[in-house]
Amino acid sequence: MALIDYLVQGYQMALVLLLAPLLTGWVRWVKARLLRRRGPSLLQPYRDLAKLLRKDVVLADSASWLFRVAPYLIFAALWVAASLVPTFAGGLPFSWTADLIAIVALLGTARFFLALAGLDVGTSFGGIGSSREMMIASLAEPAMLMMVFTLSLLAGTTELSAVAHFMMTAHVGLRMSLGLALMALVIVAIAENARIPVDNPATHLELTMVHEAMVLEYSGRHLALIELGSALKLVLYLSLLGCIFAPWGMAMAGAGLNAYLIGLVAYIAKLAAGGVLLALFETSIAKMRVFRVDQFLGAALMLGLLGALLLFVSRSL
Amino acid sequence: MLLSFLLILSVVLLAVGAYGIVAPRYPEGSHRVYATTLVICTVFLLLTAGYLAVRPQAFSLTLPFGLPWLGMHFRLDALSAFFLVVVNLGGAVASLFALGYGRHERAPERVLPFFPAFLAGMNLVLLADDAFSFLFAWEFMSLGSWALVMAHHRDPANARAGYLYLVMACFGTLALLLAFGLLAGPDGGYNFAAMRGNQMTPGLSALVLALALLGAGSKAGLVPLHVWLPLAHPAAPSHVSALMSGVMTKVAVYGFIRIVFDLLGEPVLWWWGGVVLAVGGITAVLGVLYALMQHDLKRLLAYHTVENIGIIFIGLGLALAFQANLMYFNAALALTAALFHVLNHSVFKSLLFLGTGAVLAATGERDMERLGGLIHPMPWTALAFLIGSAAISALPPLNGFVSEWLTFQAILISPELPQWFLKFLVPAVGALLALSAALAAACFVKAFGITFLGRPRSPVAAQARETDRYSLTAMFVLAGLCLVAGILPGLVIDGLAPVVGLLNGGARLASQHSQPWLTLVPVGPLKSSYNGLLLLLFMVLSAAVAAWLIHRFASDATRRGPAWDCGFPETSPMTQYTAGSFAQPIRRVFGSIVFQARERITMPPPGDQKSARLEVELHDPIWERLYEPLAGAVVMISTRFNYLQYLTIRHYLSLVFGALILLLLGMVLWR
Repeated sequence: MALIDYLVQGYQMALVLLLAPLLTGWVRWVKARLLRRRGPSLLQPYRDLAKLLRKDVVLADSASWLFRVAPYLIFAALWVAASLVPTFAGGLPFSWTADLIAIVALLGTARFFLALAGLDVGTSFGGIGSSREMMIASLAEPAMLMMVFTLSLLAGTTELSAVAHFMMTAHVGLRMSLGLALMALVIVAIAENARIPVDNPATHLELTMVHEAMVLEYSGRHLALIELGSALKLVLYLSLLGCIFAPWGMAMAGAGLNAYLIGLVAYIAKLAAGGVLLALFETSIAKMRVFRVDQFLGAALMLGLLGALLLFVSRSL
Repeated sequence: MLLSFLLILSVVLLAVGAYGIVAPRYPEGSHRVYATTLVICTVFLLLTAGYLAVRPQAFSLTLPFGLPWLGMHFRLDALSAFFLVVVNLGGAVASLFALGYGRHERAPERVLPFFPAFLAGMNLVLLADDAFSFLFAWEFMSLGSWALVMAHHRDPANARAGYLYLVMACFGTLALLLAFGLLAGPDGGYNFAAMRGNQMTPGLSALVLALALLGAGSKAGLVPLHVWLPLAHPAAPSHVSALMSGVMTKVAVYGFIRIVFDLLGEPVLWWWGGVVLAVGGITAVLGVLYALMQHDLKRLLAYHTVENIGIIFIGLGLALAFQANLMYFNAALALTAALFHVLNHSVFKSLLFLGTGAVLAATGERDMERLGGLIHPMPWTALAFLIGSAAISALPPLNGFVSEWLTFQAILISPELPQWFLKFLVPAVGALLALSAALAAACFVKAFGITFLGRPRSPVAAQARETDRYSLTAMFVLAGLCLVAGILPGLVIDGLAPVVGLLNGGARLASQHSQPWLTLVPVGPLKSSYNGLLLLLFMVLSAAVAAWLIHRFASDATRRGPAWDCGFPETSPMTQYTAGSFAQPIRRVFGSIVFQARERITMPPPGDQKSARLEVELHDPIWERLYEPLAGAVVMISTRFNYLQYLTIRHYLSLVFGALILLLLGMVLWR
């Protein structure tokens, strides 16, 4: 393995971290435009993060060591997970460290600690957020795994680079099971990123919040890390959708500088398009009641299961 | 030589049990008993682990005890060595924990004699090589643990648990007895070597498998035979609960594996693999749903054992289905996953029960609704419990994830199975497994979050103290193992290879420790891989770099203040989320179907000073649909025939005569 490959891997790690706030800003800007507002600058999330990082942390009296450690753990898990998803290039030196199942589980690690942090201070809002987050996750995670099953039955592998390679080269064509998997993944992505209609990232009504209620007690650098983590999660899901269902332009390791550049441009275009679609979807739909969410996610689980079943029955569906 | 030494050690354990009868009279008696069991279990553990590490060959030994025409046969092979490692690891750590915890025991005279005897019973089950010694040791193990369950027998709940346990243990042994009878055949070849040689018809071998599933399943806690488990395991002292949940259920799994994969020999009918698979999937999901509804910490853990047994049986069912279709490589993967989970579950479930024991010793309370905030007075116990919770929730980079990942990989290579029934069943079981993994995470956020985080909900929780050094060492040994088995799974898999080969006609997974960076590649390159070591390294590095950068260049100032809580902080700790309220969304989503959960809210009219009430009604479907009718039928039949107790001698004689005539007639007709 050449040194250049390790450099590309490191570059990808830095890229997802640097792009994450920009993507969040982009989605906010497009949403504002759709609502006929001018919207904040694209760089606003960077400024917010810089401001938060400089501020003091105000810890609640009843906060424990776990509360202070959790932001770093959550950030690390999400960053590692996001940099293991192929973005502009597949087959990088460490891409085999974790396959898709492990990436899903890594997101689970981040969620586990976030939910614990929500319970740590001992306020009722933290509890409401944690308990709802775990309810949502208890349906979203199996739905995601069923989507993984569908993909890996089709591609014969759970390695994301290999899946992307399969999608690019083999004559996959339009398939029933892939369509079902795409729908399941989109629903899970919406739920996991705390987007409308499952959760509202911009709400100011505490009783309707899930994610924001859990992080209510965080401030300063801790909040900055958690915000950056959420932005990374959005990048992760959009990269995942891109590398599985739209792998066009992605370079394979060792393809040379030109291919990497093409891959990079294609990747940024995919993120931008994903952001626009997300903003469009969010502005066109209202938030659901909490106890409708289980039906929404249950549909994703059933779609994923159906996709996997079809492939168990016949490899050609 | 090795085998006879292990047998001598087991006898020494029995002798320690005998000393346990008089030990409570001496101030150091409890200490002596646990120190001796600690040493014996450690020696056992080192010897059997060493035996597994070098290329093992089977040893056997016959002693002139037991049935006169049979003798007692003992044998040590890779399978029993692996389970001996599991049992003695649990035994050693529980003894270490008890060195500190035993001081809190109210009735040491009811614990000390039975603890070593229980350990000896489990070890002898694993070494037995004929049906008589196996069942004898099995009953010894059951009765030893029953006595420990009844240690605090004045509590009516414990007495009920003990009774139910006894009934279910009898049922299980009966099923195993019949299974061995069928295996022995008409010639009565009761030693295992003769059973391996017996050729069975497919119908009979299916019957043996069903009986083994009932017999071992009732001890392991398969749904619907699990009812005694969540009552009995929590009733015992905590270090014994750890042994019962973490270790004794594994001895039951051993019984199933020994009978089905070893003694039956020939791969059985494929549809039995499907049955085991379906039972495993249902057990996994129901177990974790039951666990989520509990607010007694020990009972939650016991129900969670049911879930993990389900996961193990999913692996075993897949292996059976693969073997019946002669796909031995795939079967090796499924078996490795199941055995890996056996080891993992024994480690983290023992850890969690020991942590609960530490909480119980510090507060005298196991109801989560009266705990909370224990992370402040007990930071080390909290850390160990947190590691156990993360491991059991299958979170990378800890060990629980590895075995679930292997099970998923085994499911993913199963479209190659030719039978349509299995083609439909396997993805459904995969969905059940994924669901149970996600629910387990919710369950342990609840268990850890409500017990250790937040603010104390009662004075006892506020006045808790950190537990003693022995207990902490025991918990951290297990927590360390959770991490090591998670980041170096290749070593465990290589250790399991001879066991898998023994059960699987020689087929085993490729050696894993020679992979670059110790990556796990079970199926093949470019198929699937996982590297916990690198994952941990990346996470530690990125967290450390982030922390260093932020503290160096941004801000490291911290202030303390009252909780924000959106501007309206409630001072009373009773306003926190409780175990019941945490589980409420899940109870509403899943419980309304499974447990017919109903919530009733009674609001007083405006102006009334009465408090509002929320009543939750849950039904246990298995208890109400299966056991209550069964118990009702038994009571009805026995009252109907009650009059038989009060007959005269003439009536009894005529009854005996009539029965004799009937039996002779039956004989004549059958011939």
